[in-house]
Formats: sequence, C-alpha cells, structure tokens
Amino acid sequence: MAVTTPAPAAATAQRARRINKSRNYFLFILFAGPNIALILSFIYYPLFANAYFSTLDWRLGARTAHFIGLDNYTEFFTSRSGLEVWRVTIIFTLATVTGSMVLGLLMALVLNRALPGRTAARTALFSPYVLSGVGVGLVWSFIFDPRIGILSHFLAMFGATSPEWFLDRNLALVMVIAVYIWKNLGYCAVIYLAGLQSIPQDLLEAAAIDGAGPIRRFFNVTLPLLSPTVFFLSIAMVLSSMQAFDILRIMTPTGNGTNSIVFEIYLQSFGTYQRAGYAAAISVVLFATLFAITAIQIRFVERKVHYS
Amino acid sequence: MTDQVAERPAWLKALSRKNLASTLLAGYVPMILALLVIALPLLWMVVASFKPISEIVTLDPGFLPKSPTLDNYAAVADRVPLARVFLNSVIVTFVGAAIKVFLAITTAYALVFIEIPFRNGIFLGILVALMVPPEAAMLPNFLSISSIGGRDTLWGIILPGLGTAFGTFMLRQQFKTLPAELMEAAELDGAGHWRRLWQIVAPVSTPTIATVALVVIVNEWNNFLWPLVIIDSPEKMTLPVGLNLLRSIETQTGSYGILMAGAVVVIAPVLIVFAALQRYIVAGLTQGAVK
Repeated sequence: MAVTTPAPAAATAQRARRINKSRNYFLFILFAGPNIALILSFIYYPLFANAYFSTLDWRLGARTAHFIGLDNYTEFFTSRSGLEVWRVTIIFTLATVTGSMVLGLLMALVLNRALPGRTAARTALFSPYVLSGVGVGLVWSFIFDPRIGILSHFLAMFGATSPEWFLDRNLALVMVIAVYIWKNLGYCAVIYLAGLQSIPQDLLEAAAIDGAGPIRRFFNVTLPLLSPTVFFLSIAMVLSSMQAFDILRIMTPTGNGTNSIVFEIYLQSFGTYQRAGYAAAISVVLFATLFAITAIQIRFVERKVHYS
Repeated sequence: MTDQVAERPAWLKALSRKNLASTLLAGYVPMILALLVIALPLLWMVVASFKPISEIVTLDPGFLPKSPTLDNYAAVADRVPLARVFLNSVIVTFVGAAIKVFLAITTAYALVFIEIPFRNGIFLGILVALMVPPEAAMLPNFLSISSIGGRDTLWGIILPGLGTAFGTFMLRQQFKTLPAELMEAAELDGAGHWRRLWQIVAPVSTPTIATVALVVIVNEWNNFLWPLVIIDSPEKMTLPVGLNLLRSIETQTGSYGILMAGAVVVIAPVLIVFAALQRYIVAGLTQGAVK
C-alpha cells in the first residue's frame, strides 16, 4: 500500500493535486453555480438590457422600436415631468431620512437609559419596519381620510377641519413622508442604540467631572463618537428611501406629487403609458445613483469617520 | 448575565427620589408617547376591522366596536379569493425562502471551503449584485420571465428573486469564523464536502442561518412590486397584490372596515413571527451596521 520510493510519490501527489484541482472546479460549480447563474440572469443581465432599452423609443409589448440615442435621458433630466420626479425624490428622500434619523436618535437616547421595560419598548418601536408596506399604507389611508379618518376627528376636537391630504399634491407628499418616518424610525433607533452602547462610559464620566452638562456632553462627546453610526445610517436610509414604492402606490395609486423615482419607473413602464424605453433610462439612472452613493460609503467609511 | 447584575442598581437609581423626575420626563414620558404613536395605528386597524360600516362612517367613533362583526373579513373573501391568495403568499414565501437559503448556504460554503482561483473575484461579483436595486432590474426581468412563460404564475414570482447576494454574504462571513480544526478533523474522517457542509458547517451555524431565513421570509411575504408586475389574475395574486386590487375596487369611504380586515391579514402573521423571534430578525436586518 505505502509508496516507498520518492519519485513516484511526487508524481502521485502531483497527479492527485491535478485531479483535486479539477474536482474542486466541479464541486464549486455544483455548490455555487446555480446561485451564480441566477444572479447573472436576473441581476446582471438586466443592467445591460436596460442600458440597451434606454436608447429606444419603445412601448412595452410593441414589436417595433426606434433608436433615439440618449433622448430618453435628456427627457428625464430636462423635461417638466422628469424634473418633477427629481424634485419629489429629493424632497421625499431628504425629509424621510432626516425625520427618521432625528426622531430615531431621540428615541435611542431615551432607550439608552437604564429603564425597566426598555427592551420591550425597543422591540415594539422596531416592529413597523418589518411590516408590509401595503398593509401599512392601507392603515394610514384610513387614519388620514379627511372625512372619517381618526386624524380628522382629532383635529375636529380643536375646531379644525382636516385638510385634503389625498387631493393636495404637497400635502400628499407630506403624508407619505410621515408614514415612512413612522415605519423607519425604530430601525434608526436600534442602530443608534448599538452605537451609543459602544461609547466608553469613562469618557462621558470624565466630561461630567470636567463640568460639562448633559447637552454639552451630548454635542461634544456622544455625537462625535456616534459619527460612524450617523454616516452608516444616512447612507442606508438614503438607499432605502430612494427605493420607496409600496406605501406611495397604496396611498396615492397613480401618483399625486408623490412620483418618486421607483414609482415613476413603475408608472412609466406598467402604467398607462407603457414607455419601456423611457422607464429603462430611469432605471439606469437609479442604479447609477445608488451605486455612486454606495461607492462613497465604501470609500469614506474607513477613512473619515473613525475615532480611535 | 453580568448585564443584569450591573443593571439592577441602575434601575433602582433611575427610580430613586433624586432621579425620578428626570427618569419620567426624559425616559418614560417620551417612551410611552413613542409607543402610542407606533401601536395606536395598528390597534386602530384591528378594532376597525371588526366594526360594522355604521361605526366606520360616523362622526363619533368609539375605540372598541359596539357590535363587533366578521362581515369585513367575509367581504374581503368575497372580493378577492382570500384563501387562495393567502395560500399563494404562503407558497411563494416558503418555497422562495427555502430555495434561497439553500442556495445561499451552498454558495457561501463553496466560497469559503472549496479552493479555486478567482473565488474572491466571484465573491466581489456577488457583492456588487447586492448593490443593484431590484426595481432597476424589473423591466428586463418582466420580459425574460414572460418569454419563458412565467407571466401570471407563482414560479414566475419566485424565480428572479432566487439568486441571493444578501444571504450568501452573511453566511460567508459566518463560515469564515469557523475554526480550521473543525474542518481538518472532518477531512481526516474522509467526509466529502457535501457531508462536511450538512453535518458540521450548517449545524454549528444554525443561528446565522435562522437569521438569514427569517429576513428572507419577511421580505418575501411583504414583497409587492415584482408580484404586482408579473401577476394579472386574482387567483395567482399574493396578499399585497390582492390587497392592492381590493383597494382599487373598494373606493367608497365606507369600505375602510374591509380594507382594515385585509391589512390585518397581511400584517398580523408578520407581527406574530416578529414578536416570537425578534432577536434574530432585528439582528439580520441591522447587519452591517454593527461590526
């Protein structure tokens, strides 16, 4: 059994390694191949397909299409309706991200105190984040209903009448922003909490001994040390807010001052217009924007925001 | 364990006479306020779903239904094939999640334990896929799935989401932390990769696998845009799409009771799962933030 002479042993080992190597390829393909094939077909291929479709004047389902170069992009960046999508996307994203992050931070500061019941409170606060956007949209549609919604009854108690949340474009935008903040703030709070708990207590105690009050301690110690968390959260929230769809679609089914970028892609390709080429161009812009934001995160995350 | 020991004096301190005012003002008051803002809409949804129309369309709504009724749920079942739609959601969620988690496990295993050149490059390719928003891939996927006959079918909903970057990424991180001795021992026993994966690597990684599985399940259950695009007939719809249909049929003010019943059906299962397994779900969803 045992190989005694050195030369054949080396040859056997070499052959074994070669067999092993090709066996490893085979095993790798067996284990990872299906997933990689799916990722290539349904994540990578669409990127290239979109880039091609975006150069066409083409209606969904039509057999013919005209090559129009970059006209779809020009339209998205210069036409009134295109600029309106940018306006809505930017306002919606900034307001949702700021609102969720500020309220989330306040809640995290509250939950960071050693209070009995805070673990349960943390869980409850996080829960809207995991709920169906469709379900949440329906619930808030009822609450905001200007005639029978509970909000209108609440306003009536103070002698006020409910504004037309669903008809007024600006108010509709305010409304969906409020609902997204409601859904996201618990997520922000939980992420902040992890950040807060990693701040060394002795730093805060040292600042207290130096005579810094709670507000100065927050702005001079806590907040700077929390900056990696703030940075991570702002990127994560911008990415998710730019992809908002469910609640927008349920609360304002055809868009009413609420045509954020993903909603616009849906309406353009599968709504009444079926403008597949134009929707593909918006998809390419969406991907490029999100990719750029992620790249900024990867580039700066190790450099700028680490204290230690 | 040590946490609790350390926390006990802090609790007492928080409730001592000296700190009581600050504990209430900066602690319990905002906490309870926030909890009310979070919980009341959901409670309102539940109670409204049991209210007859006369208690929905009223200028003087009470909190609890005066004459509770199941009519709203019956109405949902009448407008959309509710049992069928619910079953579709269950099928899509569990079949989709099972395949996804399985593929994530085998892919992560291959990336960590099967040595081939370029496997870090392949991993990078999977990471980039993580950055592609599914909405940006929607239109080409709609055409691809339609062209292979997947339009208006359950497998058409499931298929394009199966390639999983998120699960692969999380499991790879977990597998890399496993001690080398564990694998060497198995190799000496002559166990092949398949047996090593299912008898050693997967069992010791159960918490991470559970985390990935739960996040995937919740996402599949709530998924709206893709099923909305690919499904036309009510018998093939998942719950969110069915509710979207319900929303477009029930446009009168009085229908809110029916819509709340629909919302309960899609929200309650996730709330129950979340209440039971929140630790895993929160950990999975906040992954990446906490290093």
